[in-house]
Formats: sequence, structure tokens, C-alpha cells
Amino acid sequence: MSFNLLRLVRRTPSSAPVARERLQILLAHERGARGQPDLLMSLREEILAVVSRHMTIDPDKVQVRMDRGKKVSTLEVDIEVPNGFSGSVLAAS
Amino acid sequence: MAKVLVVTSGKGGVGKTTSTAALGAALAQQGARVCVVDFDVGLRNLDLVMGAERRVVFDLINVVQGVAKLQQALIRDKRLENLWLLPASQTRDKDALTAEGVGRVIADLRTKFDWVICDSPAGIERGATLAMRFADEAVIVTNPEVSSVRDSDRIIGMLDAKTVKAEKGEQVKKHILITRFDSNRAARGEMLSIDDILEILATPLLGIIPESQEVLKASNVGAPVTLNNVLSAPARAYIDAAKRLSGETIEMMIPTERKPILQRLFGRRAA
Repeated sequence: MSFNLLRLVRRTPSSAPVARERLQILLAHERGARGQPDLLMSLREEILAVVSRHMTIDPDKVQVRMDRGKKVSTLEVDIEVPNGFSGSVLAAS
Repeated sequence: MAKVLVVTSGKGGVGKTTSTAALGAALAQQGARVCVVDFDVGLRNLDLVMGAERRVVFDLINVVQGVAKLQQALIRDKRLENLWLLPASQTRDKDALTAEGVGRVIADLRTKFDWVICDSPAGIERGATLAMRFADEAVIVTNPEVSSVRDSDRIIGMLDAKTVKAEKGEQVKKHILITRFDSNRAARGEMLSIDDILEILATPLLGIIPESQEVLKASNVGAPVTLNNVLSAPARAYIDAAKRLSGETIEMMIPTERKPILQRLFGRRAA
């Protein structure tokens, strides 16, 4: 809300500070990950292995996404499960 | 003692080849013996920007593979007698280059020149890693734009890890060269400022090349911008940058175009 008001007051919002902040967040993460194996790839493989022990899943239908924020990052794992298993999974959760 | 300098960026189209030609010509004009080497195998362009495209007979790969001698492949600039070009191959692919082969050619060039300037291809693949492998110093060409700054950061990481110097526990001396800079847009907050870029990349500044039509004019006619119009804003910025490379202390400034008096009075462009 306050951000929108600010935009109204300032006729031409400058985009350079946004660019600067986005770069600083991104590069802080990328520098940390440099030289290490791809985190998402290994997460994906290990999660896939664990879930496969209990049900048959299609490896192509596993999505692992990470959204990086300044303070909090979220990890989203999306696995498509064949219909035959849906009942037992629901019961377990 | 000879210095090997790589001009690199990660991102394409930011001005590596323009900068290689301009810095090479400026250093040669200041009296140094200079060889510019094109590492962009398969997509060579340094020959075209230097105006030597019709004189290429042998190339870097021929020399690396021992098909031609270094002396046969080197092309002397028509304007400056102490400026030379070692072109890349247009037909072969980058896999024809080996680290040992490139190392031998660079060692040979070191005995003949004061400066060996390697024009890196874009990307972070073999061609780019070989171009930086034997470097003592690096010019990282960066546009004031997020993707270019990100790629520069990545390249800085590679210079600190994948070069002979880095493997020996030494450091490649790194310089940021900001190209296509528009002072007016930066002042209006529409473009990353010099301070933003330097703070993010934490690497010293070699020079600021203003956005200018002179760069295209020079490549159109096949001349490094520092030879084509010595008094133009980008030429003066490159000449200052070249002096800084040679160790001179030159005050950092962004040159502006000096318009002829009639143009200033009438506000029209004559050309």
C-alpha cells in the first residue's frame, strides 16, 4: 500500500535500485552454491528414491522448485501420484 | 615482461571484441608490441572489427595443431606496425583446441610481445575457459544491466578457480570495464550506477566506456574505435583504460562527445 502511494508521488519510479537489490540477493545465493553439486538435482533424486520405496511414481512427474527470498526461502515438492495410491496417502496424512 | 590479458564477460554482445580491438590498438599506439588473439572458434569476428578479414590465411587452430607456424598465422595491422592479430578458425569447432596446445602458443607469443590480449567467446564453455586459462590479468566487460552483472560475477568466480594462476595459488589481476554506459539514464535512476556495479562485483574499475554511435561506425569500416576517431568519447575512454593497464594513474572520468561548434550552435547532426 505504502509502496503504491510512493509510486504515485514519484512520477518516474527509478528501476535501478530494484535491479541492484535483485542482483544482491541472487548473487549472495549463487556465490554460496558455487562449486557445490546442484542442490535441487540431488534433492530431487533423493526424494524420488524415498517415495519410490513406497509407491510407483513416474520420475518425470516430480517437480522440485525453490523460491529464494531475502529472509525466507520455500522448497516446493510436487509429485504426481497414480490414482491407485491416493487413498492410502490421504489416510497417512 | 609479457603480460597475457583475457577480455571476457560470460554474456554475449557486451563489447568484448570491440574492447579487445580498442585496447589492443591503444596499447600499440602507446608503443607496446601487442598481439590480439581471437578465441571465438567458429564465430570469429576480431578479424572483421580489425579490418583484416581478407588477409586471414592460417589461424589459431592451425598453429595449435602444428599445421602452420605462428609466424605464418600472425597478421600485422596495416595502420600500426607493432599491432598483430592471431585469428580464430571459422570452419573448425572449439574442440580442436587443447589446453596444452593453447599453452604452447601463448608461451611462444609471450616471447614476442609485450601484451597478448585474448578475446574470449561468450559463455562458460571450453572456448571461454581456454581463453582465460593462461591469463595474468583479466578485463571483465560489463554492461550496466542485471544479466550482464550476474554473468560477470560468474566469470570472476571462474577466473579465481579455473586459471593456471589460481591453481598455483596466485590471483589473476581483475579489472571491470563498464561499456555502453549512459550517464543521463544512470542519473535518472534508470540504469545501474557505476557504484552499484562495483559494489556488487567487488572488483576494481578499469574504465567507463560511454554508449556511442562511434563504436558502430568504427566496426563498419573495420577499424578499432581508438584508431578510427581518436577524439571520440569511447576512444578517449579506451585510451585512458589502456594507460591504466600499463600502470599509469589516470583520473577516472566518463568522456562526453565534443561537438563541433556549428553543430552545437544549431543542434543538428552534420553526419
